[in-house]
Amino acid sequence: MSEKKKMRATIPEEEYMFPGTVDCQGCGAAYAMRLALKALGPKTMVVIPACCWSIIAGPFPTSALKMPIYHTAFETAAAVASGVKAGLSIREKEATVLAWAGDGGTFDIGVQSLSAAAERNEDFIYVCYDNEAYMNTGIQRSSATPWGAWTTTTPRKHPKDRPKKNMMEIMAAHRIPYAASATVGHPEDFVRKLKKAREIRGTRFFHVLATCPTGWRSPPELMLEVPRLAVETCVFPLYEIDNGVYSISKKPKEKLPVTEYLKVQGRFRHLTDQQIQYIQEHVDETWELLLKKEKLGRLF
Amino acid sequence: MSTVKVITGNHAASFGARDSRAEVIAAYPITPQTQIVELLSEFCADGTLKAKFIKVESEHSAMAACIGASAAGVRAYTATSAHGLALMHEMLHWAANGRHPVVMANVNRAMGPPWSIWTDQNDSLAQRDTGWLQFYCESNQEVYDTTMIAFKACEQVLLPGMLVLDAFILSHTYEPVEMPDQELIDEFLPPFDPPYKMDLDDARAFGALTTPEWYMELRYLIQEAHEKALVTVREVEKEFGETFGRYYGTLELYRCDDAEEVILIAGSTASTAKDAVDIMRKGGRKIGLARIKLFRPFPNEEIRDIASRVNKMIVIDRNVSFGNQGIFFNEIKASLYSAKNRPPVYGFVAGLGGRDMKIDDITGIVEQADTCDIEEILWWGVKL
Amino acid sequence: MSEAKFRGAHDLPPCSISVTHELTKTGNWRNSKPVFHKEKCIQCGICWKVCPNACIKLGEYPEWDMDYCKGCAVCAEECPKDAIEMEDERVMV
Repeated sequence: MSEKKKMRATIPEEEYMFPGTVDCQGCGAAYAMRLALKALGPKTMVVIPACCWSIIAGPFPTSALKMPIYHTAFETAAAVASGVKAGLSIREKEATVLAWAGDGGTFDIGVQSLSAAAERNEDFIYVCYDNEAYMNTGIQRSSATPWGAWTTTTPRKHPKDRPKKNMMEIMAAHRIPYAASATVGHPEDFVRKLKKAREIRGTRFFHVLATCPTGWRSPPELMLEVPRLAVETCVFPLYEIDNGVYSISKKPKEKLPVTEYLKVQGRFRHLTDQQIQYIQEHVDETWELLLKKEKLGRLF
Repeated sequence: MSTVKVITGNHAASFGARDSRAEVIAAYPITPQTQIVELLSEFCADGTLKAKFIKVESEHSAMAACIGASAAGVRAYTATSAHGLALMHEMLHWAANGRHPVVMANVNRAMGPPWSIWTDQNDSLAQRDTGWLQFYCESNQEVYDTTMIAFKACEQVLLPGMLVLDAFILSHTYEPVEMPDQELIDEFLPPFDPPYKMDLDDARAFGALTTPEWYMELRYLIQEAHEKALVTVREVEKEFGETFGRYYGTLELYRCDDAEEVILIAGSTASTAKDAVDIMRKGGRKIGLARIKLFRPFPNEEIRDIASRVNKMIVIDRNVSFGNQGIFFNEIKASLYSAKNRPPVYGFVAGLGGRDMKIDDITGIVEQADTCDIEEILWWGVKL
Repeated sequence: MSEAKFRGAHDLPPCSISVTHELTKTGNWRNSKPVFHKEKCIQCGICWKVCPNACIKLGEYPEWDMDYCKGCAVCAEECPKDAIEMEDERVMV
């Protein structure tokens, strides 16, 4: 019998997440975990604070992952991960500790313990899967919600009037060895960065744009396309800060206007041309600044 | 050979954690606890103690990190006081409900505002319902000894334990403390090996969403563990006593054999009250003292037993539950409701915010109980 | 729900500790199901790669686990050869 041709695999084949997770259709957060565990492999322990993943991982007595999970309180991912790593190291046990939090648990309520852990350069990987609002509680604004977006606490009559907090810069200011942005629309890039991060010691931070069809009012099937547009419009640039050196992972050949990204999501439906122009200007400025930083070489 | 050191209550706590071989310590400084963590960081730095010291940015993270370490299967320790303990509150529930036998020293300090750094019991008693075992210590030796007693008992029942010492009166006061041979301690307190931990070879999810179908059963198991803890603490205390010659008990009775009235009290004020008992006995009063060492689980049977033998009980609380009464007072009365013999119980709120409690205060309280109404909420020494 | 059988409190672990990987059968959440056209498939593996819930088995050709597939249609959307079509499964009553 001749060898049958198998489908191509551009990401690791082994699965560590079982089907049947309790996430919405087209959930970027679920997909991000599937990718992350493929990249990090079986010697991984996961710490999850309150976030969509507190539900996605399955109710007692089930678990959706082949790895140990510790579910913890909202603001404690980085502190619990520090404790787990300390415990493992004192007993000389090897494992990658993965703190896995949403934007609320990272940008807002968890920023204190995360900042402290980064300052101590705790040896773990912290992934913020950013769906840009408190999605688990029903789409309330967070400091990761972009300017102009609708949420249930920033109604269309008065959408969010402050820009998204720049978490990558905040983390870089701690001079941690590695920080990277990624999206669920670029699976190979996310996997590559995680594999690289796995070999680094100290605090490694990931800011991952994770599509939320429910909260973004986008069609579930566009789970990858929406974040791809975020990158092609430079709304969400893909880059790494590796030991103080900025490098952009993907520069759009032709930078698309932000409308291409905004128009596929109902959460931006109410925006006027003037407001869209304001977003475009802000995106352009931020992108130019990033290009300049990349040219400067080692910054810390 | 055991050694004797003249040390503060805080350092007794540090040595207790060292000799219990704590493996991860996560703590944040707060007056009057600081010396506990200062000495422990020295032990960790010079290798005297093979432990990881995580210098966290808050007490909330201190408890979170201890929980993480305990989940990873190692012995975790922290220390705090007052506002630090209050900030931990959420994670105190997490430690107990997650069944992590973390041990913590809490230096009893009054809550603000106004700022106060002096002792009272409102900080620890406000954590009554979090599921922690609570041990109130009377001396520096007891602080040292109770650290290893708490670790041993807590690890058997998978519940966290808080040992409590008074601000300054114990924390900053020097007393001789005997420390046994490490070999004997290691025999008494073997390494922590929990039945479940974060383990790559036995991957489980801890603390996942639990529906009303099983949540209540998980809480019942904690209640059962507390009931078991009452027995376990006594057994551990007994073993400790047999090994090291010091015995405390869960409700320590002092000159109670023929007593007609009894003072109930917790913490270092019990020492002063014992002297007061001696003086009153010389004056002809048949009075004794019952010191509440273990507050959670509460030694209900022992309280009922002593109640059955006296005509009057006088409870001295360095705490108050606003809108009601002293907290020990309430607890003791609740304990007696189902008892056959219920002597009158008098409750006094005294010594808040570090107000000195001298022998005269104790004898004064006992004298006032002779004439006052049982219904009164009595604030001893308050200036009106 | 899980097949794990607890009769009472004493069958439980001391806290909420998982005992099974048997998850919710999310297949009944579906409104539409993927229909595969083998003749169009170039075995690029993209459908397998992009499934958020790991419902597609990697083999010679994709195989969907319909007990769990939620019908999000990401596989159909991402297929470069339109080899996957979504078919409405809703039953009008």
